[in-house]
Amino acid sequence: MANILFYLFSAITLGTALLVVTSKNAVNSAMFFLLSLTGTASLFVLLDAYLLAVLLVLVYAGAVVALFLFIIMLLDMQGGNRKPFARATMAASVIAAGLLVVGVLSFLKRGQIITAPLSESTPAVGAVLKLYASQLFTTYLLPVQVVGFLLLIAMLGVIVLSKRFEGLGDIK
Amino acid sequence: MDLSSYFDLPLWLRLCLQSGAVIAVLFPIAAACSMAERKMAAWIQGRPGPNRTIMPLLAWIPILAPLLQRLGLFQLAADGGKFVFKEDPIPGHVNKLYFVLAPILAMIPALTTVSVVPIGAYFNHLGTLVPIVLANVDVGLLAVFAISSLGVYSLILAGWASNSKYPFLGGVRASAQLISYELSMTLSVLPVFLWVNAPGTPGSLSLFDVVQSQSQPGFWGGMWFVFLMPVSAFVFLVALFAETNRQPFDMPESEADLVGGFHTEYGAFKWSLFFVAEYCHMIVGSAVFVLLFLGGWNPLPWVPLSSVAEWLGWVDNPLLLGVLAIVLFLGKVFFFIFFFMWVRWTLPRFRYDQVMKIGWQKLLPLSIGNLIVYALAIALLSRR
Amino acid sequence: MSVIPVERKPLSFAERTYIPQILSGLSTTFKHLVAPPVTMEYPEQRPEIPREYRGVPTLVKDPNGREKCVSCQLCEFVCPPKAIRITPGEIPEQSPHAHVEKGPKAFDIDMLRCIYCGLCQEVCPEEAIWLQKQYSMTGYTRAEMVNNKERLYDLGGTLPDPHFKWDKKKAAEEAAAHGGHH
Repeated sequence: MANILFYLFSAITLGTALLVVTSKNAVNSAMFFLLSLTGTASLFVLLDAYLLAVLLVLVYAGAVVALFLFIIMLLDMQGGNRKPFARATMAASVIAAGLLVVGVLSFLKRGQIITAPLSESTPAVGAVLKLYASQLFTTYLLPVQVVGFLLLIAMLGVIVLSKRFEGLGDIK
Repeated sequence: MDLSSYFDLPLWLRLCLQSGAVIAVLFPIAAACSMAERKMAAWIQGRPGPNRTIMPLLAWIPILAPLLQRLGLFQLAADGGKFVFKEDPIPGHVNKLYFVLAPILAMIPALTTVSVVPIGAYFNHLGTLVPIVLANVDVGLLAVFAISSLGVYSLILAGWASNSKYPFLGGVRASAQLISYELSMTLSVLPVFLWVNAPGTPGSLSLFDVVQSQSQPGFWGGMWFVFLMPVSAFVFLVALFAETNRQPFDMPESEADLVGGFHTEYGAFKWSLFFVAEYCHMIVGSAVFVLLFLGGWNPLPWVPLSSVAEWLGWVDNPLLLGVLAIVLFLGKVFFFIFFFMWVRWTLPRFRYDQVMKIGWQKLLPLSIGNLIVYALAIALLSRR
Repeated sequence: MSVIPVERKPLSFAERTYIPQILSGLSTTFKHLVAPPVTMEYPEQRPEIPREYRGVPTLVKDPNGREKCVSCQLCEFVCPPKAIRITPGEIPEQSPHAHVEKGPKAFDIDMLRCIYCGLCQEVCPEEAIWLQKQYSMTGYTRAEMVNNKERLYDLGGTLPDPHFKWDKKKAAEEAAAHGGHH
C-alpha cells in the first residue's frame, strides 16, 4: 500500500515539477508548482513527518505560491506566453543538474543507509514538534541563522532594486 | 443502544461514516447560516426578513409550520433548490478549467479543516477524556492553518479565470489580504502554545491539548486563555475576520466598488459553493477561536466538563456526555457566528489602504510585541 | 471670505483603535435587533391612505347615479403622456339625463402610460375624474392595465356633489318653459 502511494506521489511530484518548467502559461506553471508541493507534502506524510508536511503546505503552498500567482497577475493578466529559454538559462540549468547528480552520487557513495528498522519508540524528527524544534535550536542553529540572514539580505536587495533612490532625501 | 458494535466495523468504514456525518452536519449548518444572516440583517434593519416560503405538504402541520415559515426556514430549501436547478452558464471569455476549478477549490479546504478540529469530548471506559474528532493529530492547529491557507487559491483563480476587471481586482485584493493577515494570526496564537507546552511537557500543537490545559484545577489552570491573553484573542479575532473575508474586511467582494468581486462572473450552483465555503470557513474559524481562547466544551471558566460530568453522574455515559460536550461547544460556536453577523451588519467596510495598514502596521507589531512579552513572562515563570 | 476653514481635531488614541466606535455601533445594532420591526407586511397589512392621496384616476357618478363625464375631452387633451382616450357619444332621448346631451361612449385610461400627475382632475369642468385612494394597479397583460369605462366607474364609485349643476339647469329650463306658457 505504502509503496504504491510512494510511487504515485513521487510521480505527481516529479511530473508536475517538469510541467512547471515546460508549460507555456505562467499561471499553469504556478498551479503545477502547487501540485508538486502537495506531492512532496504527501511524501513527507508517508515518512510520518507530519510537521514537515504541514509546514510545507502552510509556508510554500499557502503563501509562497499565492504570492507567485499574485505577482503573475499583477504583471500580466493573461498569464502570458513564456519566452524560449535563453542560452544562459540552459547553461545554468545544465550546471545545476550536474551538481544535483554529483550530490546524489556522493550521497549514495558516502552516506550510510540504516538498514536496521527503527525502533517504534523513537519517532521521526520531522514528526514531533519538540524534537524538530530542539534540533532546529541546537544542531542546526547556525544554518538556520545563516539562511535567515541570507533571506534578509535578499529582501533588502529587492527593496533597493525596486525603489529608485534619486538622492539621500528619498531615504526615510 | 449498543455502541461497541460500531467499533467492530473496519477503520476505513468508520472514518468514512464519521467524515460523512461531519460534512452532513457542517454543510447544512453553513447553508442555514446564510438564512440566519438574512434574518439577522432584517432584524437589525427593523424588517421581518424572509417569512413567506412554505412547502405544500408541510403547510398542514398546525403550529410548527407557520413558526418555521416565519423564521424563513423553507426559504433556505427554496434557495438551495434554485441554485441546483438554475442554468449555470460559463461566460465565453473565461479560462474554463480554472473557472470551474475555483469553486471546487473553495469547498475542499473549507470542509477538510473540520477533520482536525475537536468538537467535543467524553470519558472512555478507562476514565480518560477522549476528544470527539476525526483526526486527533499532533499538529492540529498548524494543519488548520495550512489547509485553510489553501482557500486563497479559489479566490485568486476565480478572479483570474473570470478574465474581467472586477473579479481580477477582487482576486488581487483577496490574495494580498489573506497573506497579510495570516502572519498576525499565526503569531497571535504562539503565546497560547508557549503556555500549553511549558518546559517538561511533550510538545504538541493539538487543539485538544489546548482545551485540556484550560480545564486544569486551580485558578491558573481553569482560566480560559481569553482572560490570560486578551491581546492574543483580540488579534486572532480581527485576523479571523480578515481571513474569512467578513465585513469589515470583505475587500475581495466589496459589492459597492467591485460589483461582486471575485465571484462577479459566477452564478447558480458555482456561486453557491463560494457562498457555503465562506460560511464553512467562518464556522471552523469560530470553532478554533472557541477551542483556543474560550475553553472549548467547558461550560464556564474554572468549571471544566469533567466536574460537570461528575456532578451529573454522566462519567460512565459516553453518549450523554459527548452530546453535552458537543452542545456546549456548538453553542459557543453559534454565538461567534452570531457575532460575525452582528459585526457585519454594524460596520462599514474598511478602505483597502486601511486594511493593509491595520494588517501590517498595527496588528503585526502588536502580535510580535505580545509574543515577546508572553515569551519573557513564561520564561520567567518557568525559571522560578 | 465665505469659506471658514475648520480645524479638524486629531483623533484620540481610543478613536484610532476603532474599538469604542465599534462597541457603540454594536450596542446600537443590538437595540435594533431586539426591537420590533418597523416595516409593514404589505398584502396583509395596508397603509393608512390620507384623504388627499392621489392614486389611480377614476370616473365618478353623482348621488343620483348619473355619470358626471360629459366627454368634453379636456382631460384627453391635457394628459401629458396621452394616457386617456375618449370616444364621445350622445345620450339617448329617452334617458332622464337627455338634457346633458353628451356622455362618453368609451373611456380608456392606459395605466401603463399614466403618470399620476392629476392634471385630468384639475382640468375637468364637471369634477367627473378623480385621483382616488387606489394605489396598486397590477396585471398580467398590457390589455389588463388599460382601465375601460366600466372599470373606471367601479373604481370611482359615487362622490357627494355640492352643485347638482345639470339638475339645476334642467329645473331652470323647465321653469322657464312653464313661465313662457303662462
